[in-house]
Amino acid sequence: MQNDPLTIAGRVFTSRLWVGTGKYKDFAETKKAIEASGADVVTVAVRRVNITDRSKENLLDYLDPKKYIILPNTAGCYNVEDALRYARLGRAAGVSDLIKLEVLGDERTLFPDTAGLIEAAKILVKEGFIVLPYTNDDPIVAQKLVDVGCPAVMPLAAPIGSGLGIRNPYNLKIIMEMIKVPIIVDAGVGTASDAAFAMELGADAVLMNTAIAGAKDPIAMAEAMKYAVYAGRLAYKAGRIPRKLYATASSPIEGML
Amino acid sequence: MAEVIQIHVNGDPRDVRADATVGDLLRELAIKTERVAVELNLEILDRKEFDQRSLKQGDRVEILSFIGGGAPLDMYGRGRGFVYAE
Repeated sequence: MQNDPLTIAGRVFTSRLWVGTGKYKDFAETKKAIEASGADVVTVAVRRVNITDRSKENLLDYLDPKKYIILPNTAGCYNVEDALRYARLGRAAGVSDLIKLEVLGDERTLFPDTAGLIEAAKILVKEGFIVLPYTNDDPIVAQKLVDVGCPAVMPLAAPIGSGLGIRNPYNLKIIMEMIKVPIIVDAGVGTASDAAFAMELGADAVLMNTAIAGAKDPIAMAEAMKYAVYAGRLAYKAGRIPRKLYATASSPIEGML
Repeated sequence: MAEVIQIHVNGDPRDVRADATVGDLLRELAIKTERVAVELNLEILDRKEFDQRSLKQGDRVEILSFIGGGAPLDMYGRGRGFVYAE
């Protein structure tokens, strides 16, 4: 999206669609889908290198770190200690202080452990990280994350990978009104209209992975998401009409026979 | 013949030369240093230290890098604790 950048902690992001890199068939598909999405931020996980088979390709052979902002996450961490370890490893493996912080509370729902999240965020902010926390759609928790120094908050729309869409638009709207930092709706989007809806509500960006990677045609869905986020953003800025129970005629009565 | 010590690399035992450094180990494994994080006995090393830090018998080395992952790693049960990169 031209001339509508998103700024977080002094960093300028040109796209308002951020994408994950998991669950694709192969790296070639990952690359094509990300190109089609127009995203400039891609999230990655930090894992052991396969030392027994060095012939395997590396994700970064396909995603130029000069072209994309690589955002490491702490996916798979179920306690503060692990999240801190992975965040520090992510910083050591990469080039920036950006971290998508996840502290998960339950394997079935992958809902965040918000108490652990706030604790981990506080520590990482003190260590100089730019902490982007994956959190619940709870305005009070969102405010606490801002209070400990998070420059943006990433509330979920629905459980990770569920594709259920925007389950609680009212909470998200309250977060957007209450919280004075950028809000990135993260997780739960199923299709393009969900992404547009999130942006119409006033989200500053949307982050997704499964909705694109799990689609029958991930590259086409990536393109659909690009336009959905763009359309939703334009509609938000344009300002929608109020909802009314009864009709309001569009054509004047004056001049009728 | 140079003396050999045993260390653990990403959980697996491995023999290295007694005077080897972390940098030597990475070269032996053909791993590009600019894309990895290395933990030596739970201490995360700065890239600049790789050639200075020598390995000792029983050291535990973890070598990690970025893999595909986003919001979710749930569908295939991946992403819980340390797992091998795919």
